[in-house]
Parts: sequence; C-alpha cells; structure tokens
Amino acid sequence: MAYLLIFFSAIFVNNIVLSQFLGICPFLGVSKKVDTAIGMSAAVAFVLTIATIVTYLIQGLLEAFDLGYLQTIAFILVIAALVQMVEIVLKKVSPALYQALGVFLPLITTNCCILGVAILVAQGTYNSQGLEPDLLSGVVFAVSTAIGFGLALIVFAGIREQLALMPIPEAMKGMPIALVVAGLLAMAFMGFSGVDNGLAAVFGL
Amino acid sequence: MKKLQSTLPNMLLVLTLIAVVAAVALAYVNSITKDPIKENERIALAEGIDAVLNVKGAVVEQTDTIKDEKGKVASIIYHTDNGVAVQAVDHKAFGGDLVVLVGFADDGSIKGYTILETHETPGLGEKAGKWFQADGKGSIIGKQAGSLTVSKDGGDVDAITASTITSRAFLRAVNAAYQTYSEQTMEAIPCE
Amino acid sequence: MNYFKILYNGLVKENPTFVLLLGMCPTLGTTSSAVNGMSMGLATMAVLIASNLIISLIKNLVPDMVRIPSYIVVIASLVTLLQMFMQAYTPEVYKALGLFIPLIVVNCVILGRAEAFAAKHGPGESIFDGIGIGLGFTIALTMLGAIRELLGTGRIFGAELYSETYGMLVFVLAPGAFIALGYLIAIVKKTMKI
Repeated sequence: MAYLLIFFSAIFVNNIVLSQFLGICPFLGVSKKVDTAIGMSAAVAFVLTIATIVTYLIQGLLEAFDLGYLQTIAFILVIAALVQMVEIVLKKVSPALYQALGVFLPLITTNCCILGVAILVAQGTYNSQGLEPDLLSGVVFAVSTAIGFGLALIVFAGIREQLALMPIPEAMKGMPIALVVAGLLAMAFMGFSGVDNGLAAVFGL
Repeated sequence: MKKLQSTLPNMLLVLTLIAVVAAVALAYVNSITKDPIKENERIALAEGIDAVLNVKGAVVEQTDTIKDEKGKVASIIYHTDNGVAVQAVDHKAFGGDLVVLVGFADDGSIKGYTILETHETPGLGEKAGKWFQADGKGSIIGKQAGSLTVSKDGGDVDAITASTITSRAFLRAVNAAYQTYSEQTMEAIPCE
Repeated sequence: MNYFKILYNGLVKENPTFVLLLGMCPTLGTTSSAVNGMSMGLATMAVLIASNLIISLIKNLVPDMVRIPSYIVVIASLVTLLQMFMQAYTPEVYKALGLFIPLIVVNCVILGRAEAFAAKHGPGESIFDGIGIGLGFTIALTMLGAIRELLGTGRIFGAELYSETYGMLVFVLAPGAFIALGYLIAIVKKTMKI
C-alpha cells in the first residue's frame, strides 16, 4: 500500500513541476499545444524511468569505490548518453514513435527533473512514505513523478490553447500570463496537500 | 589555430583528456575539502547540542544509537556532562523525514530543540525552527513531552499558521525523542 | 565588441531571466527569500564565468561532433567543485539551496552561453559575457526573492518592514513564485521596452 501512497503523493501532493520546481523549462517551453505536450510527457517518462534505474546502479558503484563526489558528472553523462541511445534505438526499431518523440529527445538532457529525480533516488532523500529507499520504491517514485510531470504539462497546455484565443494586455502577453496561469494551477494542486497523510491513515500505515 | 577535425582518434583523445583533467581536479579538491566538511558536520552537531541544552561547550560522554525494526536509525542519544540530548525522526512530515534534536532537563521537561533536517516547503516548514522556541507562538519549552499535540487535535500547542502537517510531524518527533529519553533513563536508574 | 557593450548585453538586452527566459527552475525554486535568490545567482555566476573562460580556451581543441559532451563534462566538473567548496566553507548556504546546486549543471543558461558565446569568442570577451549574464541572472533572482520575501513575510534580507501577521503566505509558496515572476517579467518588459 505504501507504493500506492508514493504514487499518489508524487503525482498530486508533491507534483514535480508545481510544487518542487523541477522541469520548469519544458513545462513553459513546450506547452503551447496539447499534442506536443503529450509527446514531451511520453519522452520524459521513458527517459526518466530508465535513467533512474541506471543511475541507481551507478551510485552503488561510486559508493563502493568511495567516489561519491563524481555523482553529478557521472549522472549527467549517463543521462546524455541514454538520451542519444534512446534516439538511435527508436529510429531503428520504431520509426513511427521516433517521428512522434524525436524532436523532444535532445531537449531532455537539460531537463532538470531527470537529473533531479536521479539524485533524489540515489541519495534516498525522496518521500518514500516510511519505506526503505530501495530500487523498487525508487522506480515507483520515478514513474509516478513522470506521470505527475505529464499531467501538469498536458493540463497546462490545454489551458494555454484556450488562453491563446483571449484578449490579453500587451505587456502580459506570452510568458507573463503563462506564469500567472501556472501559479493558479499550482494553487489548485495545493488543495491536495495533506491528502497523503489522510490516505495513510485510511490504509492503516 | 585551426580547429581539430572530427575524426575518431581526435574525438576519443579529446574526450579522454577532458575527463582525466576533470577527474584529477575533482579528486584534488575533494581531498582538501573533505576535512572541513567533516569538521562542519561535527561543529553543527556540537552547536545543536549546546543550543538545546542551553549550555556552552557540552562534552558528549556517550552516544547510543537506536534502530527501528527495519534497521534504520530511529534515534540517537547523546549523554553529555550537562544533560541528555536526543535526536529523533518523523517520517510523515510534508516532504518526507523531519529530524529534530531535543534537550531534556532532569525532570524530563523540554529544555530546548533544534531542527537538523527538513524537506518542508522552503520558507514555510522552516518556520518550525523558531515557532516552538520559548519566545515563539507555540512554545514547547519547559513542557513535559510524551503526548504533545496541536490544539486542533485537542492538545495545548498552537500549530504553525497554515502548516498543521509540519507541526504534527514535529510534535510526533519530539514525543518520540521523549520516549527514547525516558526508556534510556529508566534503564540507567537500576544501575545506581 | 567592447567589454562594456558585452556587459550591457548580458544585463539588459539578453537578460537570462527577463528576455531569454532560461534557467527557470532555480529562478522559481530558490527565491523564497532575497538572500537565497542572491546566493543562487552568485553560485551560477561563478560557474558561468569559469565555464565561459575554459570553453573559450579549449574551443579549438574540441572536435565539433563531441562538442556538447565535452562542454557538459567541463560544466559538471565546475559545479561539483563549487558544491564541494560550498559544503566546506559556506555550509549554511549549501543547506539552504540543497538539490539546486548540483542542478546548476542542467541550467540552460550555462550550456546556452557556452554554445552561443564562448565557443565563438576569445577568453577576455567570454569572461565579460559570463559576468554580464551572471549579474543579470543574480539581479533578477535577488529581485524576485526580495518581492516574495516582502509580500510573504514582511521582510527584506531578514529586516522586518511590517509584521509577519500581514504577510501573504502564498508568495512564499509555489503558486506565489509563478505569479510574482509573471508580473515581474511583465513590468520589466513594459518599463524597459524590450
């Protein structure tokens, strides 16, 4: 049940974009259309999950050799290499999927939610709801985070599509109004705060 | 100077060179900063113990670590020449773990506390560091711990405005610290 | 291009926060107070100046095809160095900024300037570009931090202007960060006509 709790908490209560401030660049950058938002979310979910598993294993290696200070450098290289690999494999295996995700893949290297989640899981400092932070709960956390990212991005893109049709004061056009909308969305998500503790009580944890 | 061509040997050479230089620089700086970092952690703990016991330069005589059933560190007890400080954790705070250090007077009342680790909302959860102090709005100093609860739950401690969850987690951690403290001192008495 | 022009360019014309809209994660995540915003800005500036300098020096040694990975290794090493120094000599700041220090690596401002400026200019100009952009970033973060701190807690840099009781808590929290930045960008755009 604790896994369900991690799942719920990472999507709604501690949403990676709207309350943790990670992955804001793609959130603001590729949210003009719902279609592209869906593509980006899928690409992020894909890379985030694989990157979390690989970096978790690498962290074990680094710690074994007492090289903890190489963490940042090793992780970012792994993520960059992984993105390249995913790109090459997708191109060969599924050209259709590559067509859909291809343009987003290079952008993912500098998406800080990937590196951020990888570091959180490797250090075991994410909210594991009282579970021992291990690979399984880490992966559950990564997948849920990716879903939370996708949810925020797609909802936001839906709002921005409507927003594009509205008359808006000159100075507020573009990014300013988008940020204000993001703020309102974050406020809506704040309504979930504390729900995870309530659920924990219901589950008897 | 002409730009190097993108041939395989060139690329491999350059990447290896950069990686080696980077690794050497990092290893060197790591070796110089290692000791100050350890020293900082030690000072932070010593200052924390001094602050919660309301003394200067308390000397830790004995440290006991208590683990929970999963083998995680649940609490640490520092016996000093000036009293006992207990570190305890609550796992159900807003952003995960909340770690507190609580100092106890001989009668078991709270002498002082400090927060060692928090993942609460920046700027908000951090308020707990001041809120429950003697001059704060929800002072717990001098109170008997064990069953402290926020006023919303029928207790007599005022919760931090808009952070009931953090306040509850904080009080649970303080109560856990007292639990450990009383168990430890109970064991100590028969030895006399 | 003279040095003054490069500085002005980074501070105003290509201000990373208000004009280029880059590096939004630390901009929003670390500005719950003016001091935190300023520390983050200065940390980023230090990495930016060093990475601009190093990359402008090695730009001819790096073959085009491995350009990006090489730059990333350089930046990641610099960030790790900074992380270790901060942990050793400014532990308070290190604790306050937390996860956002290693995440300087993926701040698009740094890789962006490496690609767009340092890879095409000499070391002197690149340093000034680092200072200009870095200062622009620091000023933006300090402003946002000050606004959020004032509206949220009634203080600026910890000095109390009015009682915390009247503070609008939401500005310290996530929604307030987005909203404050939105209005700040709109106001800067309007007054600077950029």
